[in-house]
Amino acid sequence: MSLATPKAVAHAYDVERIRGEFPGLHQEVHGHPLVYLDNAATTQKPRAVIDAVERFYLRDTSNIHRGVHTLAERATATYEGARRTVARFVGAPAAEEVVFTRGTTEAINLVARSFARPRLAPGDEVLVTWMEHHANIVPWQIVCGEAGAAVRALPIDERGVLDLAALDEALDRGRARDGNRIKIVAVGHVSNALGTVNPVREIVERAHARGVPVLVDGAQAVPHMPVDVAALGCDFYAFSSHKVFGPSGIGVLWGRSEHLAGMPPMLGGGDMIRSVSFEGTTYADPPKRFEAGTPNIEGAAGFAAALDFLSGLDRESVLRHEEALLAHADEELAKIPGVTRIGTAPDRAAIVSFSVEGIHPHDVGTILDGRGVAIRAGHHCAQPVMRRFGVPATARASFALYNTHGEVEALAAAVRGAQKVFGV
Amino acid sequence: MSDLRELYQEVILDHNKSPRNFRELPGADRHAHGDNPLCGDVVTVYVGLDDETLREVTFQGSGCAISQASASMMTDAVRGKSVGEARELAETFRSLLTEDGGPGAEAPDAAALGKLAVFTGVKEYPMRVKCATLPWHTLAAALEHKQEIVSTEA
Repeated sequence: MSLATPKAVAHAYDVERIRGEFPGLHQEVHGHPLVYLDNAATTQKPRAVIDAVERFYLRDTSNIHRGVHTLAERATATYEGARRTVARFVGAPAAEEVVFTRGTTEAINLVARSFARPRLAPGDEVLVTWMEHHANIVPWQIVCGEAGAAVRALPIDERGVLDLAALDEALDRGRARDGNRIKIVAVGHVSNALGTVNPVREIVERAHARGVPVLVDGAQAVPHMPVDVAALGCDFYAFSSHKVFGPSGIGVLWGRSEHLAGMPPMLGGGDMIRSVSFEGTTYADPPKRFEAGTPNIEGAAGFAAALDFLSGLDRESVLRHEEALLAHADEELAKIPGVTRIGTAPDRAAIVSFSVEGIHPHDVGTILDGRGVAIRAGHHCAQPVMRRFGVPATARASFALYNTHGEVEALAAAVRGAQKVFGV
Repeated sequence: MSDLRELYQEVILDHNKSPRNFRELPGADRHAHGDNPLCGDVVTVYVGLDDETLREVTFQGSGCAISQASASMMTDAVRGKSVGEARELAETFRSLLTEDGGPGAEAPDAAALGKLAVFTGVKEYPMRVKCATLPWHTLAAALEHKQEIVSTEA
């Protein structure tokens, strides 16, 4: 694409107005204006989210689903309203298909434990990819270990693109008379370490053609692009509030109602039962069956406010703005001798992983912080990806809708500054 | 904040670029492996002993400039010392980087560290202290004959 076009579009996008909504962005770090480029780790919060959480504490503090008093009704309305907001936001056919969890990690664990585990027998397999976050590897290893099943990782190429032929091959090899030995495919929508956008719809079509369900880890996709679970056709979709400008400690598992209906609870306790006796307990229907105990009610209030905030923006122009930032960052980093980008898939979200010759990523991170530039340095909870590319760690700049082209330039200047400190 | 040059002193950058004693030690009397699972730094420390004296100390591994320079300078600093002296130096190094020195606290003896005093700047960067102490924890483990991997995250 030509660079002139996205920059022209970005000009029409009022990033300063959006930045004005995020109080956390307006501070100095070590005497420099904060340049926050660690959005794949967590995002800053808009005023609307802060207000929603505060409003809950000031007026509506109460428990939910019990109590007949006014505050309890308000709290319940807030929490269940948030569920409907999430459902609308991701195109879920019904709010009852939205299960609140502590985050993406718990959502994937719930599917591994309650959906996959009862289906897994010795010799069965769970398919993941080499680019998964540990949250989409370890839960499968735990349940596969118990069942005598195996986790198999699909290869990626040197750009960080998933090998779809290998997916076909694995799915075909798994075919058995009574179904498929592959019990589930679990794939990230967007790689947190490489930025790769996986072709989820194609993956789902190929898996479904062999009767295999698909879970999508959407933690890194939802902040960047509109997501419609019905259009993707997947069986489960997981994501976290804190990566989409909401509070931490709450996230979502969306699951098809026919799947959720057959799943046993993972945690037992209050609010997930129909009736309890010492002779036997019957569980509530989904989603409450999976929400034992008092949930993160104020988190739900903030989460809904974050999604409403995003819905109030033109998502298409947000996407264009982020594409322009990514193209700009690629261009600026390519100009710096000794900088190598890791993850060069043609379809990428606004995440740039890179290494600087002669400087360990942690040193890059510390030096950039000295200039107010916040990036992530490390293995990004994706050690297999690091091994695939033969690096112990990378530096990662990840952008959000409030980042600017000036911040891209600050990043590049800070990287050059790091080279100066190290004399490389 | 303190100046970044306080952290990345010339001598640290030099040891990072050309680490001393960076090799496996065949027939080492003691060795131990250390890692920092949070950041992926790994180090293996090898010790050759003459009775109770550290005749030779080498290391291998990968990590940031702080961890590499710390390991490199450690191997120089403890060579020729007794096991007891090496342990004592490890403890002095750890306390210099981690202790507050609040009211009434005994000031760690920076002078006892000699060249290693360049690492005092690390104290200003709490996230990086473990980078500097990892090689020393690993050396201590090697001297104690510990077989398991030393981790910064116990």
